[in-house]
Amino acid sequence: MAVPLWLRAAAVIATLVAMLPLFYLIIRMAQFPLPDFLDTVFSARSARLAYTSLTLTGTVTVLCLILGVGLAFLVTRTQLPGRLILGVAAALPLAVPSYVAAFGWQSMNALINPGTSFEGFLAAAIVITSVTYPYIYLPVVAALVSVDPAQEEAARALGRGPVDTFFSVTVRQAAPAITAGTLLCAIYVIADFGAVSILRVDTFTRAVFTSFSMGFDRLGGVALSSVLLVFTLCLLILEGRVRRTGTRYSTMSGEGRARPARFSMGRFTLPIMALAWAPVLIALAVPLSALLVWSVRGVSRPGSLGEIGSALLNSLWAAGLAALATTAIAIPLALWLARRPSRLARLLERTAYLAHSLPGVVIGLSVVMLGIAVLPALYQTMWMLTLAYCALMLPLALGPVLASALSAPPELEEAAQSLGSSPGAGYLRVTLPLMLPGILSGALLVLLTTIKELPATLMLRPTGFDTLATRLWTYTGGESYAAAAPFAAMLVLVAAVPAWMMISRLLKEVR
Amino acid sequence: MNATDNDTTMLQVSGIEVRFGDQRVLHDIDLKVRAGTTTAIVGPSGSGKTSLLRVIAGFLVPEHGEVRLHGEDVTSVAAHRRSIGLVAQDGALFPHLDVAGNIAFGLPRGTSRRERHRRVTELLELVSLTADQASRRPDQLSGGQRQRVALARALARQPEMILLDEPFSALDAGLRESTRQAIRDILRITGTTTILVTHDQDEALSFADQVAVLKDGRLRQIGAPEEVYTRPCDVETAQFLGDAVLLPGALTSQLPGQLTGKAGAVWDSTTPLGSVNVELVCPNLATAHLTVSGAAGQVMLRPEQITLSDQGVAGTVLSSQYFGHDTTALVQLEGVEAPLRLRQLNAVPLAAGTQVHLAVQGSGVFYPAFSDCRACSARPVPVSIETRGATPMPSFL
Repeated sequence: MAVPLWLRAAAVIATLVAMLPLFYLIIRMAQFPLPDFLDTVFSARSARLAYTSLTLTGTVTVLCLILGVGLAFLVTRTQLPGRLILGVAAALPLAVPSYVAAFGWQSMNALINPGTSFEGFLAAAIVITSVTYPYIYLPVVAALVSVDPAQEEAARALGRGPVDTFFSVTVRQAAPAITAGTLLCAIYVIADFGAVSILRVDTFTRAVFTSFSMGFDRLGGVALSSVLLVFTLCLLILEGRVRRTGTRYSTMSGEGRARPARFSMGRFTLPIMALAWAPVLIALAVPLSALLVWSVRGVSRPGSLGEIGSALLNSLWAAGLAALATTAIAIPLALWLARRPSRLARLLERTAYLAHSLPGVVIGLSVVMLGIAVLPALYQTMWMLTLAYCALMLPLALGPVLASALSAPPELEEAAQSLGSSPGAGYLRVTLPLMLPGILSGALLVLLTTIKELPATLMLRPTGFDTLATRLWTYTGGESYAAAAPFAAMLVLVAAVPAWMMISRLLKEVR
Repeated sequence: MNATDNDTTMLQVSGIEVRFGDQRVLHDIDLKVRAGTTTAIVGPSGSGKTSLLRVIAGFLVPEHGEVRLHGEDVTSVAAHRRSIGLVAQDGALFPHLDVAGNIAFGLPRGTSRRERHRRVTELLELVSLTADQASRRPDQLSGGQRQRVALARALARQPEMILLDEPFSALDAGLRESTRQAIRDILRITGTTTILVTHDQDEALSFADQVAVLKDGRLRQIGAPEEVYTRPCDVETAQFLGDAVLLPGALTSQLPGQLTGKAGAVWDSTTPLGSVNVELVCPNLATAHLTVSGAAGQVMLRPEQITLSDQGVAGTVLSSQYFGHDTTALVQLEGVEAPLRLRQLNAVPLAAGTQVHLAVQGSGVFYPAFSDCRACSARPVPVSIETRGATPMPSFL
């Protein structure tokens, strides 16, 4: 059925506004003289940055792949004692933002080896791996769980052994999830700003931020941003291709399904358990114990509680605005995509995903330039900050809102019209109430993710406006670990909510 | 069109054409529905019947043609301004509202609470649901109850007419029969003008006052149920509406003064079952040059028209199937290649090899072998004796 014109117009306008930072970045790229631009892109410094960024991304991705797939296999396909507890514990690092983990490891080092410094490439690789591998682990667990055991049984009945079956049937079916998870992981690593900055590794994101904070070198910032844009685009295109060709064959779901075969580890049970638990425990225990120790010292400082309270309120205020604005943009776009998506609607959706995958520093830089050049009245106000959040967070709201719009059958809208409601009234009276759960969870996801956001917040916050994330950043920069720790602890608590939502959904399936 | 016609015609659809891309889904559809009657649009899946329903409901705007409701052109009027109710296949009840909320959905905005309550109670009673079911959610209802709530919801705003889109197909066999009966009674009591869309020919024949047969986007035949069943206008329609026995035959002489129905000239014909009276149903065929003495073609009979008798053409029983309420037998005739099927009520099965004599009750329908009738797109059909149901035919459209 047709989508009303006003709804399509609302979707186009709202999405274009949200994508303004992305477009403006591209406009600015085109404005620099080409030779200057190319000189900056292909400079020796740029090459050094590219080398560091790519080797870091490569190292972390390989480590995450080993950890993520290995743990997913152990949790879903073995009889390892306590595999459910391992299954939950392995997903928990998702609740630790990368810069909080970096702070945790660094402050732990300050406790154990005072006077030495914990920084550099290796430190960054360990810290980022410890919080990024769940991006591979979780989809692979989901894929392994959803492989129909009937197909494995068929392979067994055709004379294949258990190991042969696993590699020829099970892994094949999990392959799209593994590849997609790996690319997602690479996108996150390349976009990471907080951890590499705290651990002083010179990557593109750090260099873009430096170009902004040190005298605002526009050409340098935009040129380096364009390289990041290209890297991200390549990864996104690859990911899109994997998702298209990666057909899942699972046929049945829910009840009536046989349980998958689970391997016994025999006499290797104990060594394998040790091997599995070690990285998970390290990834959780190091930052969390450091947070605990330093937080106790931190909250005893005079005035600290008031500071924490006001930062929390500011975080909630900024993130609340972001959640409201982003969800409002997502609703018309989702309705359009769910009903009769035109090519334009698909293009808008893809643009939103591109902006979401871009590093926060890139979007931040673009909004800063936009504010200075075009909207000086709004620069350093909540408006510009909210705009950057919308550009970064739109897909987070769009996902659940679209899913709920898709599950609201269009026949119901037709039924409403046959009962005398205009198409618009039908949306309001029937579709919107049915979408409410999706809208709420989309808004919640944006709220919680925005609270964790660091680089765009640093670049765009109004003067004197401090959130949990910016306070942690400032104190960590001055190595005031005690003062920083309570903010880090609050951020972990906030991030734990969406992480727990993902994990609990998964747990229902693994059982 | 004269004045009395105007008074009783609720819906008039004329010259409707719908295309999806290159594909022509509906072609030159003309249909008239009189107030207070029930019309069934019946056709195999893919025949375009749902598209036709959506054109009438206002969810699909045709490329050509017009839809008139009470004589007023509503072709480009939006669905919600048409006053045409729709009951979908699964009811399409709103899951976020209870039964009462669903029924009251279409009531005008200003309706008072009291009036609302009164209407809901009245409608619940009409569709034989109890008052305590008003607070149930749709997922707590059985399939038959859901359909009755959907009907009550559609009737609540007192629409000019109601469209039923395969409303019984999601129900299991036992429930389907009783729900169909209940809904038919409600529509009769309220005098509601109804269009039913279905792929089930038995449902169409038993439910409606008027049956419209749709095939490949064209209306092949419109008429009373007994008319379309006993005198289908072409072989495909005959096969779609029930079992058909097709015999090779030739016209011998026209019986004078025996014009029945609109078109039906009656002729005598020779068939392997002897001399059979046949009608020429299609008006275009009746006047065509092909219909002369000696013209060859097919004679269509319903299996129940062929009976066992003491004399007549002799045949051998090949096999027999007993269904309880009736018995069918395959009988091989001398000089006819394929066996023919006959159906008897209250009969005991005949043993294979039994010699029987066959006679024909009533008249059959004659289809010339190579008709060239574009008007109703009847096509030459290869002569075969025994066929059942809708045989897939190559489409030349």
